[in-house]
Amino acid sequence: MRITCPYCGARDAQEFGYLGDANPQRPDGMDATEAAMHDYVHLRDNPAGRHRELWYHGAGCHAWLVVTRDTRTHAIEAVEVARKTKAGAAA
Amino acid sequence: MSANLRLTRPLTLSLTLTGPPMRYSVFSLLAQTLKGHKGWQPTWRDAVPKPEYDVLVIGGGGHGLATAYYLASRHGIRNVAVIEKGFIGSGNVGRNTTIIRSNYLLPGNTPFYELSMKLWEGLEQDLNYNAMVSQRGVLNLYHSDAQRDAYARRGNAMRLAGVDAELLDREQVRAMVPFLDYENGRFPIQGGLLQKRGGSARHDAVAWGYAHAGDRNGVDIVQNCEVTAISMENGRAVGVETTRGPIRAKKVALAVAGNSSRVAAMAGLRLPIESHVLQAFVSEGVKPLIDTVVTYGAGHFYVSQSDKGGLVFGGDIDGYNSYAQRGNLPVIEDVMESAMALWPGVGRIRMLRHWGGIMDMSMDGSPIIDHTPVAGLYLNAGWCYGGFKATPASGFCFAHLIARDEPHPVAAAYRLDRFATGRVIDEKGVGAQPNLH
Repeated sequence: MRITCPYCGARDAQEFGYLGDANPQRPDGMDATEAAMHDYVHLRDNPAGRHRELWYHGAGCHAWLVVTRDTRTHAIEAVEVARKTKAGAAA
Repeated sequence: MSANLRLTRPLTLSLTLTGPPMRYSVFSLLAQTLKGHKGWQPTWRDAVPKPEYDVLVIGGGGHGLATAYYLASRHGIRNVAVIEKGFIGSGNVGRNTTIIRSNYLLPGNTPFYELSMKLWEGLEQDLNYNAMVSQRGVLNLYHSDAQRDAYARRGNAMRLAGVDAELLDREQVRAMVPFLDYENGRFPIQGGLLQKRGGSARHDAVAWGYAHAGDRNGVDIVQNCEVTAISMENGRAVGVETTRGPIRAKKVALAVAGNSSRVAAMAGLRLPIESHVLQAFVSEGVKPLIDTVVTYGAGHFYVSQSDKGGLVFGGDIDGYNSYAQRGNLPVIEDVMESAMALWPGVGRIRMLRHWGGIMDMSMDGSPIIDHTPVAGLYLNAGWCYGGFKATPASGFCFAHLIARDEPHPVAAAYRLDRFATGRVIDEKGVGAQPNLH
């Protein structure tokens, strides 16, 4: 599996670290209910198919990326810089 | 060759049984030997689904088949079906590295896995099936003073819970497995934590054995029957829609680890689970080399030898969400590097094949055996990459929960709501990051 980093080009997935689903949004600090925080920390859609996920180019440019990938085939559809995309919005 | 050879009707294999599948014994083997082995019957019936069951178990893997068997044999609930989207044993029960052990640290885990070990010890007599359970020992190596202390703590926790554990020094380990690289410059072997009762079993035979014994107790095993929806009435699960038609049930039980999120979503549930791919490896067959299970302490790697002679390797999950049942090259490289660091001689052996299975990676690395918020729907999930050794106890405790509507005492910590209440069971202490467990 290779990920095409917007800054570095196509690189082996070994250069990247994986965080998980890019969609959950951290609730706002002290205002969040316990249920909302539980939902954010623990619950996932875990789809079989299209998945927007956060990868970190630790052995490259140190950018956080949002990768849109099919979890059934590992085919990568899109790679965006996380800072430039609003995580949680439609890709 | 005849080009016009056609089947005039779909080819079906119809088997007529005069009674339940036979009981295996030395006498049945002798009798069949004299008859040229022409009288063996199928080990279980390939059942056609009935319209309604008392309990419907979704998932014909080890855990689902074990659940059905224990429902029938221990709780007298015999109107049970196991429905499986493919053929039984085609999922993770046939994709693991076949290790059995109960060397866990935390109180929520230790008694559960010890119950599983005790069930393994009597499994073949209980099921009347040879699962080739082999208590050849599981040896966890340590490579530093700190790791020795951590293993001493684990061993003491195990012994306090009634589990066998022995802390070995370097020379004791050397006497068991002399061919490892003890003087490795970076990670010299200092000793190991040994559970002698641990070992391995033949994983396919575990699925077949539970199918055989379940069938003898009246369980219907329905293959090629994929669930497409969970039927609800007044907020209660009352059955399923399948590719072979609707099936009603008083209780619906999910044992579909790897795909738990997908099936639970049919009932509107979101789970604290990510699906990840785990690879396993086997070498070409060689003469007996290693008569125990060794785990490397300086990387995620372990090795044992199958009865066919292949060395069986395991390592880390790939580390990203996947339903693909196949992995990528970095983990293969990592596992082989660990193998070479621990046991340089293994470099002379060729790798034969590797494969992948889909793991339910839970948010604390521990499983879930519990009711769900949906009445009539029970959940067995989140086994991470440790589900095989748990198979007997998982089925035993899930059957207890389904039959009595209360958790079995040794599985009482495996609650679905523990993530919301903070009572997580995190053996590795890495938090809610599934790819690190």
